[in-house]
Amino acid sequence: MKPAPFNYICARSLDEAITHLSQAGDEGLILAGGQTLVPMLAMRLARPSVVIDINRIDSLFGIAQTDEGLQINTCTRQNHALKFLIESDEASLLAKALPYVGHHQTRNRGTVGGSLAHGDPASELPLIAVALDAEMTLRSPTQTRKVVASEFYTGPMTTSRQFDECLTKVVFPAWDPSEKVGCGFQEVSQRHGDYAIVAAAAQVLLNSSGVCKRVAISVGGASGVPVRLRAAEEILTSNVVTTELIGDALGDMASALDPATDQQASAAYRRRVSRVLVERVILEAINAAGGNL
Amino acid sequence: MESHNINVSVNGVDYKTSADPRMTLLDLLRQTLKFTGTHVGCEHGVCGACTVIIGGEAVRSCLVLAVQAEGLEVQTVEGLGHEDGSPGILQDAFRDAHGLQCGYCTPGMLMAAHALLQVTPNPTDEDIREAIGGNICRCTGYTQIIDSIRLAAERLQEASS
Repeated sequence: MKPAPFNYICARSLDEAITHLSQAGDEGLILAGGQTLVPMLAMRLARPSVVIDINRIDSLFGIAQTDEGLQINTCTRQNHALKFLIESDEASLLAKALPYVGHHQTRNRGTVGGSLAHGDPASELPLIAVALDAEMTLRSPTQTRKVVASEFYTGPMTTSRQFDECLTKVVFPAWDPSEKVGCGFQEVSQRHGDYAIVAAAAQVLLNSSGVCKRVAISVGGASGVPVRLRAAEEILTSNVVTTELIGDALGDMASALDPATDQQASAAYRRRVSRVLVERVILEAINAAGGNL
Repeated sequence: MESHNINVSVNGVDYKTSADPRMTLLDLLRQTLKFTGTHVGCEHGVCGACTVIIGGEAVRSCLVLAVQAEGLEVQTVEGLGHEDGSPGILQDAFRDAHGLQCGYCTPGMLMAAHALLQVTPNPTDEDIREAIGGNICRCTGYTQIIDSIRLAAERLQEASS
């Protein structure tokens, strides 16, 4: 199992990387952590003529809290992001989901931006990005643009990124820190570290009277892209959340999903597990925000 | 497809070599530099048999291109023994606690364990399980492997105190 031949360019700057990417037309691929791309090369599912390595571009590394939110530059290793979040005592959705991304060894090399740009519908980081309306920054030779995660993902492993664009950073907007924010993440997979069969994420903001001021819920693995359950979010918002209300909110959630049947699970199983996991993450998030359900 | 020159340090020794872009670090280590202790397993990042340490961190050498190793320091299982060629403390612990059966996963397990013990000298069983969670043992001898790593941790701490 060996990759088909390709040319390799080790870019020393973002401009250089984008120039090569643009020149390669749709025959070029960016190599970030390589934890998905290299297996795809080995299995010849990907056969680019040029691979552009962005691992030596210092400006593409780094994670920091900014006024806009948590900014993660594209080449930040998943384990470095996790370490940063643990050290800053950040009980965020990202901190809950990152340990499920592959294994320790793949997270040492795998990057946040690479996983987001690859866009596997069952992977954890796109799910969190969609839940939190993460803002992705894309650079091409002619422009820099920002795309919100729910518009970035257009299909299984398909995004709105153009062939000459490089994802340079992602910002997870901060929620009002004066209120109580809680989050929940749950996943069903064959083994820990595998892609999810189904995964769900929720984040809620409760005020001092326990009223849900804001909620975000997303499901991965149950459609071609991670799905936001906006109808359910609307029902929960501005209410004191009870188990009955959660039941009402999720009554119609199946219509938002379009699960596939594959060797791991049937569509019916995915639909059923989605419902169970979403209920659990909402409860987990409410309780983490100081609620009592 | 142009061959690239590569300067890489393996177990503290500098090598000047070259590779085609499509060659993995795993194949460079085994075929070009003859470090055959690193095992070829699945070649797509699932089994962990090819684990080496780059810059102190355990990574899969089948998922790193050889050309990406330019200027890096790589440690393989050959670097774990004593200078006279006898097994190191970690390797001895694997023997004493029956951490090896067929031996196929062993180099990967050893490197994953070595990386763990460098930063976590007194790991919990949970730490050990997390560190080797990406390494598959086809003999399913995980319990003894965990015992071996715990034993190695104890012996390393004794040796350093």
